[in-house]
Amino acid sequence: MTEAGRSTATAGRSVGEAYNFAYLDEQTKRMIRRCILKAVAVPGYQVPFGSREMPLPYGWGTGGIQVTASIIGPDDTLKVIDQGADDTTNAVSIRRFFARVAGIETTDRTAEATVIQTRHRIPEHPMREDQILVLQVPKPEPMRYLEPRELECRKIHGFSEYGLMHVQLYEDIAKFGEITTTYDYPVMVNRRHLMSPTPIPKFDNPKMHRFPALQLFGAGREKRIYAIPPYTEVKSLDFDDHPFEVQTWDECCALCGAEDSFLDEVITDDEGGKMFVCSDSHYCGERRAAGHVGPMEGEDAPSFARPADQEADGS
Amino acid sequence: MTEAAPSPLLRVTGLTHRYGEIVACRDISFELFAREVLGVVGESGSGKTTLLNCCSAHLEPTAGRVEYDTRTHGLADVFGLREPERRMLMRTDWGVVHQNPRDGLRMDVTAGGNVAERLIMTGARHYGRVRGEATTWMDRVELELDRVDDPPKTYTGGMQQRLQIARNLVTKPRLVFMDEPTGGLDVSVQARLLDLLRGLVRELGIAAIVVTHDLAVTRLLADRLMVMRRGEVVETGLTDQVLDDPQNPYTQLLVSSVLQV
Repeated sequence: MTEAGRSTATAGRSVGEAYNFAYLDEQTKRMIRRCILKAVAVPGYQVPFGSREMPLPYGWGTGGIQVTASIIGPDDTLKVIDQGADDTTNAVSIRRFFARVAGIETTDRTAEATVIQTRHRIPEHPMREDQILVLQVPKPEPMRYLEPRELECRKIHGFSEYGLMHVQLYEDIAKFGEITTTYDYPVMVNRRHLMSPTPIPKFDNPKMHRFPALQLFGAGREKRIYAIPPYTEVKSLDFDDHPFEVQTWDECCALCGAEDSFLDEVITDDEGGKMFVCSDSHYCGERRAAGHVGPMEGEDAPSFARPADQEADGS
Repeated sequence: MTEAAPSPLLRVTGLTHRYGEIVACRDISFELFAREVLGVVGESGSGKTTLLNCCSAHLEPTAGRVEYDTRTHGLADVFGLREPERRMLMRTDWGVVHQNPRDGLRMDVTAGGNVAERLIMTGARHYGRVRGEATTWMDRVELELDRVDDPPKTYTGGMQQRLQIARNLVTKPRLVFMDEPTGGLDVSVQARLLDLLRGLVRELGIAAIVVTHDLAVTRLLADRLMVMRRGEVVETGLTDQVLDDPQNPYTQLLVSSVLQV
């Protein structure tokens, strides 16, 4: 981990001179900003935009990176999350990208960031009004599997004839006795637009409701931008007799003992050994730094689970 | 006209539809009243299906009017309605039974889900009630209830067709459009399906337009008959009257070409 904590990309300024600030040209950024304004004005509505080719494969966050590039300024501090972690390939690459082409500061601390680009998680640490959360979207259309026709999907959105998603939930209950959709769980935004919350676990859905920070969603391949303005009503779909519920665990985090965070199951050996750890690596590290200890924290903890600062010291 | 004359449920006036140079329907006019079943017969290519698609608002005719007795505006031009209103009509007041069940069913969604969809689309949000209604309707169309959670792609053709009927009738429509409802089914299954349809249509007081090339189907289901040839209506009348005493040469040919067993 080369960018532990807060770091100023000093090398970025010289390398970045070959590029316009934040990679995209100014006209493109204006176009994307106009789309973002429209998206904010109509919460949950998918605004088409002229997605550009980025130095990143589709599916790795090309939509999110364009949104971030359009809203970021020289004074911003960026945090990038991939599946909750700051130190996985995608997060490191995107963070390094912006450090080079925008010369901005990056961080892995949720509270210090002004812009957070994320994939598949919303941070456990509460966010504030002066922060922006940018989510990467692989499939912006929540009804895609049941209604393959784009024209029909747009009509359904336009006339607010939502019902198809409930058929999918019906199928879950009919087959398994409960709603088994656990991620990308569809939501109604502002009581008007049906929206895919991106493949975040449904554990994070309640956080979207009346969230203080602006949430922006960018889908690069599908060329769509949508948004949830601060303090907007976001309701997860459910049936009257099968209300929406989030995942729960019997265990707590093995490293920090947290009982309120989203846990990942990690296989530790080939003999059935496993542990549950916080998916949000910064949240877990922060708790351990504050002295919280989980059942497996200690000398027998696997190497990957060591606190970030400890690892940085060792390298 | 006296005041007692009832207003029609559906009124078609001067309907013409052409595909480029080809005229599929030419100047067709008729009225359909509540609880009435109208049969449309004719050979392949006579414009039956085009007529049905125009009446059910799936195809906008080149000329002519299709008016329906809506609950809110009374008798109104279907194509003059706003699109959301028209779509609302399609999923509440109307039903369409397609010739090919694949056009009318979601083959990967369970049978129960297929029936539930129409209820959910009209605002039902209580799983238990939706499922109860769906199973009731599956029972009414004589489908085995232990198949309720199987997708229709595992059903036989006859079962798929019955499921399609259940899916359409669950919202208690006033008008059902049927395109060859017994097409592709073997004779014994056809007989059962027709028997079921006749029972349901009479019991629920549904009006229907049944398009078919099979005269036996119309004999069983239809009150009135419309014979089409090359896009034009050549003869209309009560079913028994048309079938037993055909006036038009083409109708005579059609009736006489039915194989006697």
